Amino acid sequence: MMRYLLPLVAFSVLVVFLLIGLNLNPRQVPSPLIGKPAPEFQLQQLQDSNKTLTSKENLGKVWLLNVWASWCVSCREEHPLLVELAKSGIVPVYGLNYKDERDLALQWLKQFGDPYTVSIRDPEGRTGIDYGVYGVPETYVIDKNGVIRYKQIGPVTVEALETKILPLVKELQG
Amino acid sequence: MKKFAFLLALMLVLPSSWAKEAVLVAEDPEIERRMIHLSEDLRCLVCQNESLAGSRADFANDLRREIREQMKDNKSDKEIVDFLVARYGDFVLYRPPVKPTTFLLWFGPFVFLAAGAILLFFYLKRRRRQIEDPALSETQRQQAEALLKDSKGNNA
Repeated sequence: MMRYLLPLVAFSVLVVFLLIGLNLNPRQVPSPLIGKPAPEFQLQQLQDSNKTLTSKENLGKVWLLNVWASWCVSCREEHPLLVELAKSGIVPVYGLNYKDERDLALQWLKQFGDPYTVSIRDPEGRTGIDYGVYGVPETYVIDKNGVIRYKQIGPVTVEALETKILPLVKELQG
Repeated sequence: MKKFAFLLALMLVLPSSWAKEAVLVAEDPEIERRMIHLSEDLRCLVCQNESLAGSRADFANDLRREIREQMKDNKSDKEIVDFLVARYGDFVLYRPPVKPTTFLLWFGPFVFLAAGAILLFFYLKRRRRQIEDPALSETQRQQAEALLKDSKGNNA
């Protein structure tokens, strides 16, 4: 009996490990920044080059920071959702235009719609490094105290929006 | 055949001329050497099987630039690694630190080794007991002797 049971148990354990391993997404690297203050920045605005935006200006409100670029293909995928979200007025969405050219970025917004309260420019990706950006698009939920509470790696999906981002935003706004 | 030889020659020659390491901006060879040495132990998060030193991803380029600049500012290797870990997590390290969340990673193999050794020990012990010469009963001994005698007689 034992000689059949033991390999079966060993095999089951292996299967469980493989199932867990295969269902993990290697792209989802947990960000160490969650629960930490959002890195400060002072960056030029995309629409109006004479103006800047600092991260401190957003203290006191819950906001989303969406990292995007005109060269980023999956940004197009999530864009309609962001436009809709911005229209709903539930939470302001700020854009971090990551390693992009101003002309192309402006043209892209004209073509696909501009959901951003303000977009800021990070042409060399330095603020991106501070935020631990490694794959665009990424979206951060930042609370009233300027603390990062959630990070969406990859495009925002309807599911992520409904199950994670929006409930969290409501809770934080509460 | 000639065509084939030509192709073969191409295959041998081209890769070595194409294979360039990540673009270097070697203003200061000392910093460059230090940067490459440090980034060999760091993971590129975009192409996760490559080190920051070997990756040609744009992202790796940016991080190499960052490391280079911090080295110019006289930051120590440890300060730079801490800077990266604070932003990207332990995942950037090819040599993860020993701490409670990585205990399984570090000591798991030894647990398996110990478990295997224990299993092997008991298995061998049981096996030895099984293959020990079973004692012959008196009648069996006589039968065997008779058989031996018999076969001796036949061969002679």
